[in-house]
Amino acid sequence: MTGLTTSLLKRFSKASITVCTALAVTFAGASSVALAQEQKVGWPEKEELKFGFIKLTDMAPLAIAYEKGFFEDEGLYVTLEAQANWKVLLDRVIDGQLDGAHMLAGQPLGATIGFGTESHVVTAFSMDLNGNGITVSNEIWEKMKAHIPHENGKPVHPIKADYLKPVVDEYRSAGKPFNMGMVFPVSTHNYELRYWLAAGGIHPGFYAPHKGDTAGQIDAQALLSVTPPPQMPATMEAGTIYGYCVGEPWNQQAVFKDIGVPVITDYEIWKNNPEKVFGVSQSWAEKYPNTHIRVVKALIRAAMWLDENNNANRPEAVKILAKSTYVGADEDVLANSMTGTFEYEKGDKRDVPDFNVFFRYNATYPYYSDAIWYLTQMRRWGQISEAKSDDWYKETAKKVYKPEVYAQAALALIAEGKANAADFPEFTTETGFKPPQSEFIDGVTFDGTKPNDYLEQFAIGLKGKSVL
Amino acid sequence: MSKMTTILRMPTSASNTNSILGRLYQSTPALLLPIIGLLLFLAVWNGVAKSIDTSLGQFPGPAQVWEQAGALVDEHIAQREKAQAFYERQEARNAARVAQDPTYVPKVRDFTGAPTFFEQIWTSLYTVMVGFLIASVVAVPVGIICGLSKSAYTAINPLIQLFKPVSPLAWLPLVTMVVSALYVSDDPAFSKSFVTSAFTVSLCCLWPTLINTAVGVSNIDKDLINVSKVLRLTPFAHLTKIVLPSSIPMIFTGLRLSLGIGWMVLIAAEMLAQNPGLGKFVWDEFQNGSSESLARIMVAVLTIGAIGFVLDRLMLSIQRAVSWDKSSVLR
Repeated sequence: MTGLTTSLLKRFSKASITVCTALAVTFAGASSVALAQEQKVGWPEKEELKFGFIKLTDMAPLAIAYEKGFFEDEGLYVTLEAQANWKVLLDRVIDGQLDGAHMLAGQPLGATIGFGTESHVVTAFSMDLNGNGITVSNEIWEKMKAHIPHENGKPVHPIKADYLKPVVDEYRSAGKPFNMGMVFPVSTHNYELRYWLAAGGIHPGFYAPHKGDTAGQIDAQALLSVTPPPQMPATMEAGTIYGYCVGEPWNQQAVFKDIGVPVITDYEIWKNNPEKVFGVSQSWAEKYPNTHIRVVKALIRAAMWLDENNNANRPEAVKILAKSTYVGADEDVLANSMTGTFEYEKGDKRDVPDFNVFFRYNATYPYYSDAIWYLTQMRRWGQISEAKSDDWYKETAKKVYKPEVYAQAALALIAEGKANAADFPEFTTETGFKPPQSEFIDGVTFDGTKPNDYLEQFAIGLKGKSVL
Repeated sequence: MSKMTTILRMPTSASNTNSILGRLYQSTPALLLPIIGLLLFLAVWNGVAKSIDTSLGQFPGPAQVWEQAGALVDEHIAQREKAQAFYERQEARNAARVAQDPTYVPKVRDFTGAPTFFEQIWTSLYTVMVGFLIASVVAVPVGIICGLSKSAYTAINPLIQLFKPVSPLAWLPLVTMVVSALYVSDDPAFSKSFVTSAFTVSLCCLWPTLINTAVGVSNIDKDLINVSKVLRLTPFAHLTKIVLPSSIPMIFTGLRLSLGIGWMVLIAAEMLAQNPGLGKFVWDEFQNGSSESLARIMVAVLTIGAIGFVLDRLMLSIQRAVSWDKSSVLR
């Protein structure tokens, strides 16, 4: 039926847009009249926009939307600007120097609940799934390797932190702090690294913002600290940290430069986990609703382009990202992960077709349950210092994640014949909660509707009424 | 001083009688020696570069740097072409929108692409000039006051000594926050980052000009001051006829020092504050961590040096042009 809709739409593309919209609504069975009115997006209120990004491959939807003219198709004249680090980026979105930015999923949530800089930041577009890895230095890898089971001379993946534990214990008993890097206190990387470490029995430390402790190293066995992504390899090479969790190309960079070995990808820690989002401030979203929808439209098209025909466009995307104004790393480093492979130990290149997912599996839809997972991790590690009700989690997710904006953008694209309704969730029935997921490295099941029950399942971490 | 110059000038006047060959012989070392120096430097650089292996690959030698300089030129040309296409597309889009929505007033927006290396150079030059002008406008009059009045100098001196050694990087956060707080407008003529960089430059290049002007003014020949007294010159005439002409060499020494400092400060400020310009170019390339990054940074380093040199020569020729004592040796 949806196929019929699109073919009809194509045939009638010369006809007035209102007729098309009406047809689309009738055929797709989307009942709501409100939606029908919203499908024709008005002219943008603000045409000149500046978006920030950090030099990571998952900024790709922004670069593609710019280079392929998707922004211009929406009447938007966008400037993309690399930012020094996540804090600068967030602060500039909040104070209005940037109209929007490529953000860590935890950033809009953290800012809205007031962990770090407090400000209401929202997102209507999730930029990708997966795309991170954990890398350790050559020295640590040699020590870890002795504990890892091998098959055909190669280590068996996924590698659990259980094999890192003896190394951490050795350092601790020698009185040496075991330092690791992650990119930001509310970053996906922080939570993934903590999840992986805790699943292997290594305590990554608590935060206690109510006591003014935002270092996150209370009771820690592995001490985590912030390093901007592009500086990770250099910091590890200098010996300041023994390992890190970061997005691409900075894990593959370590392999190419022969300074470290990636041990696990986040795909293996939590299959198809949501990664970056496109964040704007709430006041900006209120002031420029049409612009917001149009930006999301352009980004959806860019994401579709990136995953089209089974990643057929990825080599071209790599060429674009390698430009010094975008990510700027060498093409072969970027190509490694972007084209569906991942090199662990040098020469041990394995297929990870879903290492970077930009569109399939509804990757771009802002699910409330994704937001709630991040909130549960903030609670687990003390960034949220006291117990919160399940309803609080849901309300906060709804305050920050804006699937309604996404739906308007997607429906407009479907109406214009630029997208296929089958590629999106069924907007009329979608609740925003994914069914319970259990593909985590420790096998724990996550049900977004019951965040407090979820937290009860972990041996390490705050839960229930516990307060530091 | 002037006696020294006459002695120095003597051989030159003597050589006037020499044959052209003799003159050629005399000027050859002046040309040849710097070339020998340069070639030696390139050879040493080339040799040393080969033995340094960084995690971003081998340290770039002259050949790689030359190659990247070419690449940067090509990128600039490609970007110009993209800009051209951008304006054409925009025109078509504007026309299409007016057709659909007659109330729309079409507007031509600036190209949204990233600035190229050459645009970054221009931004840096422009910023340093503005910062330098602001500093000079403040420092020269204050310096003259300090030079003329012993009590003004005694009052201001502690402040000069206190602020002179402060690094630009210490000023930067303060300037950034103050500019963000005070420079608020819906349609600013200059971007905040530009104002921040320019003010940081000003703060750091105030001091050499101020001190040198004060010293120059206070060391005016006693005879000249007595002449002024005898002629009963008005304060204004005293300033323009006696003080300024005789302190011009020192003022310009200060200005040259200031401009040199300003240029160094600007690059550091751009790097730290991520403000557009050559400093940002260097930082972005460092962050990229590609195998070409080091060579591209080296291109920037050489460019920064060359521009600093040209700026200094420019100041020197202005100094020569305005200096009353054409015989003095300036270097």
